[in-house]
Amino acid sequence: MDISFEHVSYTYQPGSPFEYRALHDVSFSIPSGSFVAIIGHTGSGKSTLLQHLNGLLVPTSGTVTIGDYRLKADEKNKQLRKLREKVGVVFQYPEHQLFEETVAKDIAFGPENFGVDAKEIDKRTKEAIRATKLPEELLERSPFDLSGGQMRRVAISGVLAMNPEVLVLDEPTAGLDPSGQREIMDMFYDLHHEKQLTTVLVTHSMEDALAYADHIIILNEGEVYMEGPPLDIFQHQDKLEKVQLDVPEVIEFVTKAKHKLGIELDYTGQSVAELAKDLAQKVRGGRDHE
Amino acid sequence: MNSSMVIGQYVPGDSVVHRIDPRAKIAVIFFFVIIVFFANSVMSYGLLTLFAVASAASSKVPLPFIMKGLKPVWFLIIFTFLLHLFVTRQGEVLFSLFGWDIYEEGVIQGAVLSLRFFLLILVTSLLTLTTTPIEITDAIEELLGPLKKVRFPVHELALMMSISLRFIPTLMQETEKISKAQASRGVDFRTGSFKDRIQAIVPLLVPLFVSAFKRAEELAMAMEARGYQGGEGRTKLRELKLGKRDFILFAVFLLLVVGLFVTRN
Ligand SMILES: Nc1ncnc2c1ncn2[C@@H]1O[C@H](COP(=O)(O)OP(=O)(O)O)[C@@H](O)[C@H]1O
Ligand SMILES: [Mg+2]
Repeated sequence: MDISFEHVSYTYQPGSPFEYRALHDVSFSIPSGSFVAIIGHTGSGKSTLLQHLNGLLVPTSGTVTIGDYRLKADEKNKQLRKLREKVGVVFQYPEHQLFEETVAKDIAFGPENFGVDAKEIDKRTKEAIRATKLPEELLERSPFDLSGGQMRRVAISGVLAMNPEVLVLDEPTAGLDPSGQREIMDMFYDLHHEKQLTTVLVTHSMEDALAYADHIIILNEGEVYMEGPPLDIFQHQDKLEKVQLDVPEVIEFVTKAKHKLGIELDYTGQSVAELAKDLAQKVRGGRDHE
Repeated sequence: MNSSMVIGQYVPGDSVVHRIDPRAKIAVIFFFVIIVFFANSVMSYGLLTLFAVASAASSKVPLPFIMKGLKPVWFLIIFTFLLHLFVTRQGEVLFSLFGWDIYEEGVIQGAVLSLRFFLLILVTSLLTLTTTPIEITDAIEELLGPLKKVRFPVHELALMMSISLRFIPTLMQETEKISKAQASRGVDFRTGSFKDRIQAIVPLLVPLFVSAFKRAEELAMAMEARGYQGGEGRTKLRELKLGKRDFILFAVFLLLVVGLFVTRN
């Protein structure tokens, strides 16, 4: 689904002494099927922005459009339920939302609320745990007996079982070990392509943004600070440093090779080690020609 | 933590009123509440009002915050006034309103009682506006100290109070977070039959209890690991100490009391 924000501002508790403007005049659009990373440091308004995507928050001013749904201040939106079925949200630390007696029941909770029939739910549950790499034996266990990492996968399965068209991820791998992080991110990436989802990912990891996203939006103090494809964004190291963000190691490597050695490396998703080999080759190659 | 989560009405600041020792504040407010009932002349009420308003002003708490604290009781204040206005039948008739005689005494009584009300609320809310809940807890523990002699568990009570206060904002944030997560999974907390709504609470309550128990366990473990063993012989991180400004407050308050009894009829 196409998503667009037009001059969206959001103020927490307006008119009270604790009024706080979390988003200010935010505009952007995300075409259907793209993988967008939203980056910004803590308090920049990322989570606030995400909550507009399924109508948990409605803009104080401006308009949010998601497919055919429109969220606008003072406009009653009666089809929030339909919107929420299509937009799956994985919150930060989603394992905190588990509550059922068994893993299977917890995964079924979302689809049940949206009126999916039992047979279909069963099918989706199996699909979801296959995607998140959970063994089927866990289905009848209590979610509270599982390890933290497994609980996270159960919670994610619960969102996947809703069969959303838009996947909204708020730092979905925070607190996991590095291999678990990789696995989960790869899983989201595969699903994104397989099911042609529109994915919006909030992340602190520039590496992830570079590896998975085709568009990056950088927020700073509730405003869009920069926006564009990852390789363009990461060209502007000084501009990023101004808002305490750094450039992925690989990109820094490429930039340094260019500025310090005058060697142009072609970045196509290699690791630093692979780039180093390329560099060595170029250096050697250069010498051979002499 | 965001500022809205500050519990109670505490408004951060560093005015004189904020910096007065919480024990001194509580004591003065306690006696103020008593002496309000001794006032009986225009002058004596004037003195009390002056004291209350001057305190409010020097607290530098913005007026909207103070008004917000008074909001729930405006109704009571106005109701008290009107009740006396219409019911009291003493003194001269001042004028008639819709054929109802308004007596001089009614106006006076109404005004006096509403003013008393106003003063009490203003001064007590000034305590919660300028004192953190933790300071209040510490002060209560100190002020109740003598009760330890009769084996009243003052320390434990204060500890319970401060732990609860510490975790209320956390619990509120957690509630908001989980209810949003479940709403995203299709739970509707707002509409539906009574039964539906009760059922909608289960997915909210279970995670809240689970995390509260987990927190309690972690806290207990952390306290034990650091050798906590009750209040006996325990020293304090925040040592309360009466300073110059507290004695100035006492002096001003004493003057107020003397002034009050001089100006009484
Ligand atoms: N419920 C709330 N009430 C008041 N202020 C809030 C609330 N939630 C978030 N904020 C404030 O809004 C700002 C943006 O928050 P958030 O969107 O969570 O940032 P991020 O996810 O980028 O860390 C923060 O300064 C935060 O304190
Ligand atoms: Mg956040």
